[in-house]
Amino acid sequence: MQKMISVALTGSGGSGVITAGNMILQAAARAGFFGQFGRSSGPQIRGGEAAAMLHLSNHPVDAPGDVFKILVALDWHNTDRFAVELPLSNDSLIIADPDQGDIPDVLLESGAKVVEIPLKKLSKQVAKGRPNMVAVGLISGILGLGEDVVDQAMVKALSKRGEDALTSSRGAAALGRDAANEIEFQASLGDAPQQTNARWLLNGNEATGFGALLGGIRFVAAYPITPATEVLEWMSPNLKKLGGALVQAEDELASINMIIGASYGGTPSLTATSGPGLALMLESLGLAIASEIPVVIVDVMRGGPSTGIPTKSEQSDLNIALFGPHGDAPHLVLAPSGIQDCVKTTAWAVQLAEATQTPTVVLSDQLLGQTRAVVERPDTLPAGSMRKTSAASDEGYQRYLVDNSGISAMAVPGTAGCQYTADGLEHDPVGVPSSQVADHRAQLDKRAGKIENYDFGDDWADIEGDGDLAVIAWGSTAGVVREAIRRLDKGGLNLRLIVPRLLAPAQPSRMAEALKGCDRALSIELSHGAQFYHYLKGYYDIACPLTQYHRPGPLPFRPGELVQEIENWSRS
Amino acid sequence: MNNIPATDQAYGPRDYKSSVKPVWCPGCGDYTVLSSITKALAALALDPENVAVISGIGCSSRIPAYLNTYGFHGVHGRALALATGLKLSRPDLNVLVTGGDGDGFSIGGNHFLHACRRNVDLTYIVMDNRVYGMTKGQPSPTTEPDWDSALAPGGTGLRPFNPLVIALASGANFIARGFSGDPNGTAKLIVDAIRSPGFSFVEVLSPCVTFRGDQRGWKQMVRPAPVDPTEDIGRAARRLMTDDGMNLGVLYQGHREPYVLENNPVYIDAAQLEDQFKL
Amino acid sequence: MTGKITIDRLDVLLAHAQVLETEAMERYQDLAEQMEVHHNHDVAKLFRKMAHVESIHVQKIIERAGDITLPQIHPWDYQWPDEEAPEVISDDDIHYLMTPHHALMLALKAEQRALDFFTHVVENLSDGPVRDMAEQLRVEETEHVALIKDWLARVDEPGEDWDEDPDPPVLQE
Repeated sequence: MQKMISVALTGSGGSGVITAGNMILQAAARAGFFGQFGRSSGPQIRGGEAAAMLHLSNHPVDAPGDVFKILVALDWHNTDRFAVELPLSNDSLIIADPDQGDIPDVLLESGAKVVEIPLKKLSKQVAKGRPNMVAVGLISGILGLGEDVVDQAMVKALSKRGEDALTSSRGAAALGRDAANEIEFQASLGDAPQQTNARWLLNGNEATGFGALLGGIRFVAAYPITPATEVLEWMSPNLKKLGGALVQAEDELASINMIIGASYGGTPSLTATSGPGLALMLESLGLAIASEIPVVIVDVMRGGPSTGIPTKSEQSDLNIALFGPHGDAPHLVLAPSGIQDCVKTTAWAVQLAEATQTPTVVLSDQLLGQTRAVVERPDTLPAGSMRKTSAASDEGYQRYLVDNSGISAMAVPGTAGCQYTADGLEHDPVGVPSSQVADHRAQLDKRAGKIENYDFGDDWADIEGDGDLAVIAWGSTAGVVREAIRRLDKGGLNLRLIVPRLLAPAQPSRMAEALKGCDRALSIELSHGAQFYHYLKGYYDIACPLTQYHRPGPLPFRPGELVQEIENWSRS
Repeated sequence: MNNIPATDQAYGPRDYKSSVKPVWCPGCGDYTVLSSITKALAALALDPENVAVISGIGCSSRIPAYLNTYGFHGVHGRALALATGLKLSRPDLNVLVTGGDGDGFSIGGNHFLHACRRNVDLTYIVMDNRVYGMTKGQPSPTTEPDWDSALAPGGTGLRPFNPLVIALASGANFIARGFSGDPNGTAKLIVDAIRSPGFSFVEVLSPCVTFRGDQRGWKQMVRPAPVDPTEDIGRAARRLMTDDGMNLGVLYQGHREPYVLENNPVYIDAAQLEDQFKL
Repeated sequence: MTGKITIDRLDVLLAHAQVLETEAMERYQDLAEQMEVHHNHDVAKLFRKMAHVESIHVQKIIERAGDITLPQIHPWDYQWPDEEAPEVISDDDIHYLMTPHHALMLALKAEQRALDFFTHVVENLSDGPVRDMAEQLRVEETEHVALIKDWLARVDEPGEDWDEDPDPPVLQE
């Protein structure tokens, strides 16, 4: 029986709420459970208000819960900022420290049960004890997580801080666990599932980095930007282990050009950024397209437009990813559909970029990137990529030779007899700049054809179910839709889910094939302008009536919300 | 510093020219700079396939196509970033960067600062004609404040950018000035620049015959620098700040270590990285 | 470089002579190409002819050198009185609308510079095989000067509006 319990922990001013949340996820992971851990915070760099949001389950977690079963608050400073993100119901439990002030009305309105526990006073009973560790013990107790796994998680998190920190935390947690025993509230995770598959604990940004390295990336140049910086932080030391390197550039314009230069030199290269950075990179993305140089650009999307909402998620960079570069500039756009999928999709992006000598944009988002999760290990790991190069030559080498495949040999500098000048200017097959009708046509056809005619196989989309009502979603929305469909299937609704992984080039005939037998289709996306819906309308053959549900961030979709939307739509 | 040992096979300068015919206006200084580059490469006996010439946009940025080396004609202002990515990942190649004053000091200004700061082993040759030639004659960062043009009638009134001082302050390891009217001297400077480890910056005064006819007078104004090149950064700063823009030769030779990526051996297979995530 | 020219070895003299003619030849080739690209076909033809003539001169030097191995000298180490080899026409003096008269005037100046160069070389040498060779080369330059003068006499002088182009420059990128 699938069980999920959502727990939130809030606090401010250095109270260590995120550390505590991480520890609980670690403990649950070690016990054999699955889960997701997200966080929300105020604008301060330190000392601000924070919320740790956990969704733990005996089954892989596709989506957060609709409400939090338990909310533990170390204090109430600015907690109403999070009220919308911490929905409660009258089945929920609020644990409050009576010495920390009144519970905000907006939370009480839910009708949740309230239990008062003097977390701070308790923590003082242990030398250097902290309330957040009391909360760890408390929450673990209620969830039924064993002391052993909690201790393991504690050791992992605190070993660097020394024995004293460990001792005081253990002491504080023990007090919390005792307090849990006094609470009459059912919220146990129950038995851990029988493990058949191996599991990983990682976040989407790490998964993206890992996928990139599996795909063969060995050079990264990048400029820090929220929420992509962790991709770079993870990749930097791990690249080194593989003989690669990461360089911090002076801005995004330098980042994209450095990786183009490195790729020109023969090294698969990547950068990671967010919407504002991708916007800056568009001109040079065009350069890479025109000169047929493979690069991978990861866009961990955030709230837009402009500076937008850097710490929240949205799916509103689709338009610039698809249509950003000026001119007719066909290229590849992929989107991972879950945290675990970031590995496969990013690796695939590298493979496709290298194989077709075309830049690839990978659209991840803040939800995927910064949510830490326990996921199933994939059955197979991607392994490397291949680029068509040229041997030393005596005959005239033509870098942009036109043939059926559209993919010409890309000589690695140092190869004798194959010297060529890569150029953003339109060129003839040799690479000499040309404004001639025939050359422009031939090269445009080449660059478009090489990806239009490429056999992407079945990975272009995940298609689940065979119902005659189809829901189409992409990126982080897919997981929430999947959970919503799971609930609706139980209610007798027969739905089909189509999650494209390859967004460009558009696959109209494959989409038509995926929609065979469907009466109606519904697209769902986190975007104010319904970018995905308009893309489907404009570029895909969708024979059946297509409706859409869209809204902007900053709030992620919740399964309950989508259950309602899909149900209403199915009835209309 | 070129890392490729000179081969036994000697090259003549013509061996570095491609079959593409330059379209610069006859009288343009870039013709002789192109010739100086080929003379320098021949003097160093570099294999053409081990040389990469990177450029941005502008008249002088057309040079890669006219050479028989590997080349990259990138977008406006970003040549140094392209070259940095290439050289860091391919330290075995000899990487030259060519371009003009607009490409290098206006849109490319930020990358110029950081290229000097980073001190990667590159040779950057800027053909400075104090105008945007390709777009028909606008003032550039090095244009005199009173030079009249359509976009800035009467002159910009702005103090010209001083690239040599900026290069010195930002960390360039070799700074020189040449003149297209002295192709052999410029060739020697380019040889010295390539040989010097780290970031070498060579400004070559290269008159624009079409939009800056007044630059014909440069021939009478340039002179070999009256003092030997200095290795003292303070002295160089003083000289460059008071330089009138007409002193030719090597003006500064630094001794900073060039920036290279650690030569990381491959410790493990990519798949083994999984261990850090395994539960 | 100004100052006394001291070339007192045969191999060095011949190396200078060869490069002098070779650079002149290559420069004429390049200039011919420039003129062709800019559709000044009269002058292009003229420069091609000059290049051909220079190529014969180069051959002659090579033949004269015979078995002597000529030293490899860097371009900047030659003892030219000016920045470039004497017989080279400067890129600066070229105009896309130049007339054959202009071209020949430049060629004449070039040959005159070459003549002056060998004259100086001779002046600074004492009797011997090197001086003899230098003298031969000097005499040949006088012949070249005469040839150009002859050619010049057969060519029209440019009109006042020779550099008039009603079209403005064209934006390229």
